[in-house]
Amino acid sequence: MANHETMTINMGPQHPSTHGVLQLVLELDGEIVRKATPHIGFLHRGVEKLAEHRTYHQVLPLTDRLDYLAPMHNNLGYVLAVEKLLGITDEIPERAQVVRVLLAELTRLKSHLVWLACHALDIGAMTVFIYAFREREHIMNIYEKVSGARMTSNYFRVGGLSADFPEGLDKEIRDFIDTMPGHLDTYEGLLTGNKIWQKRIQNVGVISAEDAIDLGVTGPSLRGSGVDWDLRRDQPYSGYENYDFEVVVEQGCDTWARYVARLKEMRESCKIIYQALDKLKPGPILADAPKIVLPSKQDTVNTIEGLIHHFKIISEGFKPEAGEVYVGVENPKGEVGFYLVSDGSPRPHRMKIRPASFINLQALPKMVEGSMIADVVAVIGTLDIVLGEIDR
Amino acid sequence: MSVQAVVDKLKAKFGETVLETIEFRGETTVVVKKEEIVAVSTFLKEDVGFNFLTDLCGVDYMGQAPRFMVVYQLYNIATHTRLRVKAPVEESDTTIDTVSGVWATANWLERECWDLMGITFNNHPDPRRILLPADWEGHPLRKDYPVQGPDREPYQGRLQ
Repeated sequence: MANHETMTINMGPQHPSTHGVLQLVLELDGEIVRKATPHIGFLHRGVEKLAEHRTYHQVLPLTDRLDYLAPMHNNLGYVLAVEKLLGITDEIPERAQVVRVLLAELTRLKSHLVWLACHALDIGAMTVFIYAFREREHIMNIYEKVSGARMTSNYFRVGGLSADFPEGLDKEIRDFIDTMPGHLDTYEGLLTGNKIWQKRIQNVGVISAEDAIDLGVTGPSLRGSGVDWDLRRDQPYSGYENYDFEVVVEQGCDTWARYVARLKEMRESCKIIYQALDKLKPGPILADAPKIVLPSKQDTVNTIEGLIHHFKIISEGFKPEAGEVYVGVENPKGEVGFYLVSDGSPRPHRMKIRPASFINLQALPKMVEGSMIADVVAVIGTLDIVLGEIDR
Repeated sequence: MSVQAVVDKLKAKFGETVLETIEFRGETTVVVKKEEIVAVSTFLKEDVGFNFLTDLCGVDYMGQAPRFMVVYQLYNIATHTRLRVKAPVEESDTTIDTVSGVWATANWLERECWDLMGITFNNHPDPRRILLPADWEGHPLRKDYPVQGPDREPYQGRLQ
């Protein structure tokens, strides 16, 4: 093996299948990947540092920009953490909790649709991309009607919601979800029985349950390795304990198992959305905590208390007592957590985000080393990473 | 095993190493001496089932002694309980042993902690910066690092 050489090549940061600005340095022996080294940080914006200089309300828009394919979930994780820090978790009105769950599951659908579309496109199945983005567009329109924005929703608030859920939208969501199983059948019809698709993802990117746990993999990527763990069921938040759904676990440990797990998870999300729509009853959307939640415009202009609270919250913010909390939520990509340290001032002393994609990406070398270079594309797709969340 | 039972076992085994136990909003935090962090981590993983390292980060308490805390968020997948372990790190000696041999997750998280907070992890297998360029100077998440950038006056806040 005297003249046996390996070749080192760059994949990314400008590469269509790296889902953003991910650079992989691959050491190749022919077409076999011997070593893969991810280089990240091209999108680093210092969100954690910025958060230390903003009031708790002002941090919320920053969280939209982490996992920008699932902004509502990041919002949810953050507001739950602040609410826990304040000790007002039990005071969130029923309607706000139901709307949160409803939108969180719509977000899961939205995020999984992008995953499916891009994963299939990377591997060469272009048709699914067009279909999945059509449905995603529908969810974006719902997003827009709810929050006024298609991507950076910034809709949840500490204590509840920023605005009431629009009237009549529940019917639109129901009509849309009615069509979803048919759409999912279409995707599966295009992919599941497709020999090329099967060959490209079966027994590719294999990771055992022990390795996945050791490397901190979470979400559908972990459940595809046979670990039965979902925070929605095991540490329920926002009333998830009142919903009936199954945690999808697949035993295959490969890209195929993760594909099957995510598709089933989308069907479970539809079930949760129906239940949330049934639970949606008129009522208050904000907790009765005038020193924390912003008063309505009516109160601000018509009452002296409203004006004072508005002024205090906008100019100074609220001051949680000193302490620290960690809240993790089941983001479409895995566990996203917020660790907040308060020193009693109106700004977080420290906010640490537990990014699901960052930690899942760490498993990539383990999953691709020893396999073909073409499989790297499949593995990046199956990990469902978002660089906005990795680099923060 | 409840979290309280875990804390009791930890105290029984490590005695003086456990500096403090804090309860806040139903979350348990154990503060341990940094010299014993690998032993404590191994015990928590092997003997009481905290097999999942959720997160690891540094917190800067500038003006207090010790200045830094390295924070480990642990999760037990079997019992679905959380535990937070903290280890104080002095400003004069910003080093702590790596736990990447206990939980492989710690590899990148410790790199990030070194990159942004400037805490050195002894025996780390890959001690490079991760988010910032290799030639970056300083550690931005430290409280004395200005938010606008390294060549500006420290931010005084809008209210002061």
